[in-house]
Amino acid sequence: MHELSIALSILDVVGEEMERHEGARVEAIHVKLGPLSGVVKEALLSAYELARMQTPYEEARLVFEDMPIVVFCSKCQAERSVHSMQQFCCAECDTPATEVLHGRELELAALELEE
Amino acid sequence: MSTSPRIVEVRQNVLKHNDEVARALRSRFEQAGILVVSLVSSPGSGKTAFLEKTLTLLKQAGYRPSALVGDLATDNDAARLARSEAPVKQITTGTLCHLEAAMVEKALEGWNLEELDYLFIENVGNLVCPASYDLGENLRLVLLSVTEGEDKPLKYPTIFNSADLAVITKLDLAEAVEFDHEAARENIRSVRPGMAVMELSAKTGQGMDHWLGFLRSKIART
Repeated sequence: MHELSIALSILDVVGEEMERHEGARVEAIHVKLGPLSGVVKEALLSAYELARMQTPYEEARLVFEDMPIVVFCSKCQAERSVHSMQQFCCAECDTPATEVLHGRELELAALELEE
Repeated sequence: MSTSPRIVEVRQNVLKHNDEVARALRSRFEQAGILVVSLVSSPGSGKTAFLEKTLTLLKQAGYRPSALVGDLATDNDAARLARSEAPVKQITTGTLCHLEAAMVEKALEGWNLEELDYLFIENVGNLVCPASYDLGENLRLVLLSVTEGEDKPLKYPTIFNSADLAVITKLDLAEAVEFDHEAARENIRSVRPGMAVMELSAKTGQGMDHWLGFLRSKIART
């Protein structure tokens, strides 16, 4: 369970960003999350409920944008999805996938601000 | 004063502070010419025994290895590793289930990296949380003991996918538990195509030559 650490890190990054938007209130925090990030969405949501208490962002919702796994397939010479995390092969031609382009994201994408 | 919310793009990695520290560590390691290997696995997969044997063999071969050991509560592992006479330091994480780059940085205070060839970082026994944190290592090893079952990679694909090398440990027990070598390798390949796999036993020494040869080849570059 490292999701509490992650939730606190999110609030840290929000805090830094908000130094540039004095007087605004954070309505929502948009986070891009990939399946290879090592973070469980549900656990992060619960952790966030705790983490946001008694911070300036108590009212801010956490909104996830699920990122798909995208690999570069050496055979197709193109960006492809994979069958699954357990079967890490090109969904089109079954070539084992070694070059991951997306899916590791754990990114604070955007903030919704009320001014 | 407007009431409709405004969207501000941020596009920052949530773990950017960890990543910054990890990047700084990596460049320090590179400057010092030291190879840094981190180890992740379930609790009880034989990380400490494997590391103790590795440190001892490297010392005997004239190299200068060292280790940092992450553990929740005790310093038992560090005490075991210290028997190898290599520099060893414990990082007690308390309730934290993983190591972060800043803990590594702090643990290395006062160390002269120039005097070392290898640094091993043993993460907390956990196959979930350490996957997210870059520690500045050059190589991440994931350990799987023969007693854990061949399907472990399928259950924890994220950490296997984040690793550079898989090491199957406790090979001396393989027969007793009817370990299916090919199935294990197939599962590792399935979650992380192309990853090298080594099988060894720290107890009998089987396979350790191969592992040591690999480590030697990694610093032969300097």
